[in-house]
Amino acid sequence: MTSAVMVEEKVVYERPESLADVATHYCPGCTHGIAHRIVAEVLDELGVRDRTIGVSPVGCAVLAYKYFNTDGAEAAHGRAPAMATGIKRVMPDHVVFTYQGDGDLAAIGIAEIIHAATRGENITTIFVNNAIYGMTGGQMAPTTLIGQETTSSPGGRSQTLTGFPVRMAELMAGITGSAYIARRSLHNVKEINTAKRAIKTAFLAQLNGLGFSMVELLSTCPTNWKVSPAEALAWVESDMVPYYPLGDYKVAEEVKPLMKRR
Amino acid sequence: MPVELMKGNTALAEAAVRAGVEAFFGYPITPQTELLEHMSKRMPELGRAFVQAESEVASINMVYGAACTGTRVMTSSSSPGISLMQEGFSYIACSEVPCVVVDVMRGGPGLGNIQPSQSDYFQVTRSAGHGDYHAIVLAPSSVQEAVDLMGDAFDLADQYRHLVFVVADGLLGQMMEPAELPPMQPLRTERPDWALTGANGRDPNIITSLELSAPALEAVNDRLQAKLKVIRETEQRSTENMTKDARLVVVGYGTAGRIAETAVKQARREGMQVGLFRPITLWPFPEQRLSALTDHVEALLVVEMNAGQMVEDVKLAAGGQIPVEFYGRTGGVVPVPEEIYDAIVESYEKLA
Ligand SMILES: Cc1ncc(C[n+]2csc(CCOP(=O)(O)OP(=O)(O)O)c2C)c(N)n1
Ligand code: SF4
Repeated sequence: MTSAVMVEEKVVYERPESLADVATHYCPGCTHGIAHRIVAEVLDELGVRDRTIGVSPVGCAVLAYKYFNTDGAEAAHGRAPAMATGIKRVMPDHVVFTYQGDGDLAAIGIAEIIHAATRGENITTIFVNNAIYGMTGGQMAPTTLIGQETTSSPGGRSQTLTGFPVRMAELMAGITGSAYIARRSLHNVKEINTAKRAIKTAFLAQLNGLGFSMVELLSTCPTNWKVSPAEALAWVESDMVPYYPLGDYKVAEEVKPLMKRR
Repeated sequence: MPVELMKGNTALAEAAVRAGVEAFFGYPITPQTELLEHMSKRMPELGRAFVQAESEVASINMVYGAACTGTRVMTSSSSPGISLMQEGFSYIACSEVPCVVVDVMRGGPGLGNIQPSQSDYFQVTRSAGHGDYHAIVLAPSSVQEAVDLMGDAFDLADQYRHLVFVVADGLLGQMMEPAELPPMQPLRTERPDWALTGANGRDPNIITSLELSAPALEAVNDRLQAKLKVIRETEQRSTENMTKDARLVVVGYGTAGRIAETAVKQARREGMQVGLFRPITLWPFPEQRLSALTDHVEALLVVEMNAGQMVEDVKLAAGGQIPVEFYGRTGGVVPVPEEIYDAIVESYEKLA
């Protein structure tokens, strides 16, 4: 005689409610998708999905508003922080975030991001640094590394011709209105988990009305770097991380307890 | 409400406050700065949003953001600042969110000067950003009319979910005149159903000007053009004086229209059958009424504070039926009634 064995299946992984149930257009191996996922997980955990408004950039994430299951707007190239400011000022009880690439944030939109921070604008920015202009087919970005080959820096980025890659987290950390500024990477599971914690801190800073928060995420673009997804992850670690060190660059006093509570 | 002596810029600002504007975003530029300054005091004291932005590029995109939430929102600037806002205008028009923009025009091109001008007619009626659309453009000629049109501007913006300009020039902005303000309207508590308010108990609302497929973007354009057609057919506004028996009609808007009126009255005293036609909407241009006038009017004389911009619309409305003459001053020079009178005499003498 055998007794029936009940096998209980436990859900260990599912789509966050804040992520729409649609396929994205991101290339295989692109870490934009991971960035979306951890932002969505944080929105779920904070229980703010239904009062969140996301502002998408111009860049590969231009359709991010379709992928987040929240209200969303699509800004002009680089203007997401201005648009988010307009939204937040009339909807102060809502959670407002921008999601921007490095061309969007560090080139054409550098004035808007810096001034959002100088005003201590109570919004959160997810800054995806993939050292290239992905959407337009791989031109040099302000974050492109010296020697990095792109379609508009043939032979590799030359510092005599184009100067130096901009370190946005460091720049933004120097601004008094910034409450929380961090740089993280998406090149392995440990870093992804660390990145998610930083994103949570950033949103908590906003929820507590502490001012501007930004998490820079080192991200891959295998398509335009012209490498495999695995090589792309390795390149982030070997080449990007040394120039763009990971860590917290600004943690306002009032933000510190939020990090502990988590 | 009592009649008060008010500066044009301040009156425009306070009229917007009374019309229930909930957010103002702007950047200082002469000759509109008093408008921003008035807002910097009034908006916070009423618990409403005010931000002095880092640029006009930023201010129009802040306007865009706030407009997406279905609140009444505005900015104000002057010619060079309006140039910087072009990008935002286009996104706003395509996304069909309502907002009001005041342009207190100054002399151009380039940095030009801060003197009164109408040099932005093309900029606001034709090319308010890339793409294929027109904004609604209202042109007051007195402080009282500026006050009245400010309320209308917000109503039109909401009704059509569209971008509405109120254009003045430095003279109107800086001039003190008696005007009566409307009573304070209560702020709206309801948000329209398309607005970004958080996807609480409903599917997410999205506001975007992106449409990757050509047929789908054509459908967006068709919808936009259908709306503009309705506006064109129903919202044309103008005023007239002494046009009934006029052989010559002077066409001018804003300050130019007002100065022309003095010249027209002088011509009447001298026995000339002259009238005045003053467009109030620059887009839609009041072509219906103007072309009706060509039935009995023998010629039109357009007076502008520019090198000849609205004159193109006047010619289209006249449809080649009667001659269209032009008199303009540029660079911030405001014409005096005498020189317009001389231009009237010259045009009048040419009549058969
Ligand atoms: C005003 C304006 N200039 C240029 C462009 C073209 N453009 C689209 S995306 C893009 C670069 C985006 O790169 P990035 O921000 O690094 O994002 P990624 O695509 O790498 O995620 C550019 C230049 C545009 N859409 N608008
Ligand atoms: S082009 Fe690059 S950044 Fe864009 S989706 Fe593809 S891999 Fe990602």
